[in-house]
Amino acid sequence: MSSRVVCDECTRADLFRAVAGQGLPAIEAGMPMPAGTGLTRRGFVARSIGLALTVYGAGRLGIFDEGIAAAASAPQQPILVTVFLQGGADALTLLSPQADPLYRKLRPNLAVSGGTPFAEDASLSWHPALAPLAQLHGEGKVSVLPAVGYDHPDQSHFTSRHFWEVGATDTRLLTGWLGRYLDVAGTKDNPLQGLSLTGSLQPALATAKVPVAAIDGPGEYDFWTPGVWGEVQDRMLDAIGLLGRVGGDDAAMRTAASVTAQAATLRKQLAPFAGDKIPAPAVPYPTGDSFPQRLQGLAAMISAGLPLRCVALEATGEYDTHASQVSALGPALQTTAASLYAFQRDLEARGVADRVLTLVWTEFGRRAKENGSGGTDHGAAGTGFLIGTHAAGTQVGEFPGLAGGLDEDGNLKATSDFRGVYAALLEQWLSFDAERILPHAKSFARPTLVK
Amino acid sequence: MGAPVYRGTFGAPQAERLLWRAGFGPRPGEAKALAKLGLDGAVHSLLNPGVEKLVGPRPHDSKGRPLAPADRWGHDHCWWLDRMVRTSRPLVERMALVWHDWFATSNAGVGDQTLMLQQNELFRKHGLGSFERLLLSVTANPAMLLWLNGTENTKDAPNENYGREMMELFTLGANRGAYTERDVREQARSLTGWTSRWSRGRGDYDFHFDAMRHDPGTKTVFHRSGRYAWRDACRLCLSNPKHPSFFVQKLWGYFIPVPPNAATTRALEAAYTQGHELKPVLEIVLKHPALYTGPRMTKPPVVHTAGLLRRIGAGVTTDAWAWIGSLAGQQLFYPPNVAGWDDTRWLDTATFRGRWIGVAQLLNDRRLDPSKGKAPADAQTVLKRALAFWRNPQLSDATNRALLQFAKESLRQAGSQRWKQVQYPVLVENALRQLIAVSPDLQTS
Repeated sequence: MSSRVVCDECTRADLFRAVAGQGLPAIEAGMPMPAGTGLTRRGFVARSIGLALTVYGAGRLGIFDEGIAAAASAPQQPILVTVFLQGGADALTLLSPQADPLYRKLRPNLAVSGGTPFAEDASLSWHPALAPLAQLHGEGKVSVLPAVGYDHPDQSHFTSRHFWEVGATDTRLLTGWLGRYLDVAGTKDNPLQGLSLTGSLQPALATAKVPVAAIDGPGEYDFWTPGVWGEVQDRMLDAIGLLGRVGGDDAAMRTAASVTAQAATLRKQLAPFAGDKIPAPAVPYPTGDSFPQRLQGLAAMISAGLPLRCVALEATGEYDTHASQVSALGPALQTTAASLYAFQRDLEARGVADRVLTLVWTEFGRRAKENGSGGTDHGAAGTGFLIGTHAAGTQVGEFPGLAGGLDEDGNLKATSDFRGVYAALLEQWLSFDAERILPHAKSFARPTLVK
Repeated sequence: MGAPVYRGTFGAPQAERLLWRAGFGPRPGEAKALAKLGLDGAVHSLLNPGVEKLVGPRPHDSKGRPLAPADRWGHDHCWWLDRMVRTSRPLVERMALVWHDWFATSNAGVGDQTLMLQQNELFRKHGLGSFERLLLSVTANPAMLLWLNGTENTKDAPNENYGREMMELFTLGANRGAYTERDVREQARSLTGWTSRWSRGRGDYDFHFDAMRHDPGTKTVFHRSGRYAWRDACRLCLSNPKHPSFFVQKLWGYFIPVPPNAATTRALEAAYTQGHELKPVLEIVLKHPALYTGPRMTKPPVVHTAGLLRRIGAGVTTDAWAWIGSLAGQQLFYPPNVAGWDDTRWLDTATFRGRWIGVAQLLNDRRLDPSKGKAPADAQTVLKRALAFWRNPQLSDATNRALLQFAKESLRQAGSQRWKQVQYPVLVENALRQLIAVSPDLQTS
């Protein structure tokens, strides 16, 4: 896929603004003013979590209380955030062995030059656009996985991504690795425990038992209907929950009902943010892209004490660079790294950084030899990063080198296994027995990921 | 032995399910009319619909302008949605949607709505014909050549993108032992030679095969060797022994949510291998008992929307449908990746809200004005009116009870205040229209 995008009238960001505007609870013309409730805009301070909220229109204060109560009463759990670089990000661009003559030979047109040297391995340099990550690494807050993957790598996007999402090289598993964790460690009434901030559910969070959620951002999860307001609107919102209890024998009906019930619960949980009432970030984020916006919303939700446990996002950019790799990767890496940097600084400024670890992953790296379309074809081992104040900050597995480090297909060999990484995260960060979650967990060595 | 055929009553409910699975749901009276033809007649009419007639009001954007699908952002989605709503050939459009998912090409990578529409026309033209012709046409299709780098695949620098996905996603399937990594590389060589010209004003144009860019050497694919080119690459996939089983299972899955049993699978494969023709396979699927007596399916978001518009005889009157489609998880011409949409996971909390917004959009021009409420009404009556708005869809008892409970509790809020007694029934009716359309019953078919 190339990365040209055509949009002659609006940008994606405009689009989402339009949606948020659409969803604002409207005070409609001709709407009478019931005595005593004050239907004008009014300030409502949620003292329990220190958020200043403006409540519009006729919402019963009850739903805000519920959202805040659920948030405030949640114990402070560690949070694992995953960020997916979709398409297979090129390991030899992210961290490049610039001094190796073989690199120039394999990559006559695509070889990266410049960038900060990688402090733990003098043969590698950070891509210049990853300077923000290099800085965090210098502070001991980034663990680098220069060649993470698995034996007998599958070069299909979909198969390889599936393996990473389910936490096993098993094509038949249907639940995600984080979903299975939530199924045993989570609760039946909290969709926010597994949150996709991507507009649709990320497979890693697919559960068998407990509810999880997908949203675009915390500020727009509202439900508006023309010609409905006041007490009837409140009842209608409750009725979403009633429809969520419609069960029956049919699997598709049950699924639809269960998602409806999750939507009803989630709306209450996110009530403090309704109408885009997201507190300003503590630090500037990149603008004009949904990824930094979502991270900014995420930092605000964590800071507000919402009961999050596992969160999945997709980074900005298209990493399946069969062609035009240089022009596609530069801006994508720039925005992604700057956004992750802002997120980390925001968490630190809000005093919640100690609760969050962020794993950056991709389904595979790319072929060492460039393909002649100015791009690279599918490869094997890829790059991973673990970011956070509690990240051990030391590299996991070595860079295997180009001479001797490539497999018979000419792809980078893995020096760490993603299942070992998952097991280590479950045990060292979430304090949970990995063998209850990952098939054959015993057989994978655990790197030290957490300090 | 052939596949089983549904022998039960073929009344309006069965005809309605057929119209949902093989189209976009019934227009008023349509299910009844189709039921009169009997199962054989109904399936025959869907498979052989004749010349297309577009029925209903012509589409326009939010400013009242005619749609410009080749030029304006989002108008491509609305243009196709309108076709789904107004067509007299629902199965042709539904199959076009199947092929759009099967050969999923996104304008996010192509960057040219004209080329996307050309590809879409292919799906309509060959959609009920032969899969071989379809595969050959798609392989040489400009949007696909751009999307999977076909024009950048040359003898000196092979690009594996199309060759791999042709086998993995379009014809053979991954992890079935149908091909090896070596086959991927050899197929890429067979597919070399496509190119186009480019100008600042026109973008990519003049897509053609250039023998100078083609690798004329011998390739070895599936243990056979020859001086293969792109047509051979396609036919090698079609004659791979693992292709028919992949093909019929995948096609079946678009219509029926549980896999076919062994006897049905054999019958489907036998019908397919005769000449890669689609109609004999579809006929088995559309007459199969599992379609009528088996479990329900989640409607894809665009089918849900088109179905609601058809149900009330409404047309496309806004270009908002494009971003609403995106929120609901299905913006046409922008599938998430080359594997298409994940049909097993249409519904989550985000896409549920997208569907809600779609219903609100549809109801926006049709809202009842509470200040014009005339008299108090009881819950039963208000629910009956709201159901009539949607042409009385069949709802489960549990859904009916939930809706009635909402109506009763809301009306009770009016207490003894006269203005509330008059206005609340109208508010409740507006709300019920919304709740009915997003109920589990109307999300599935």
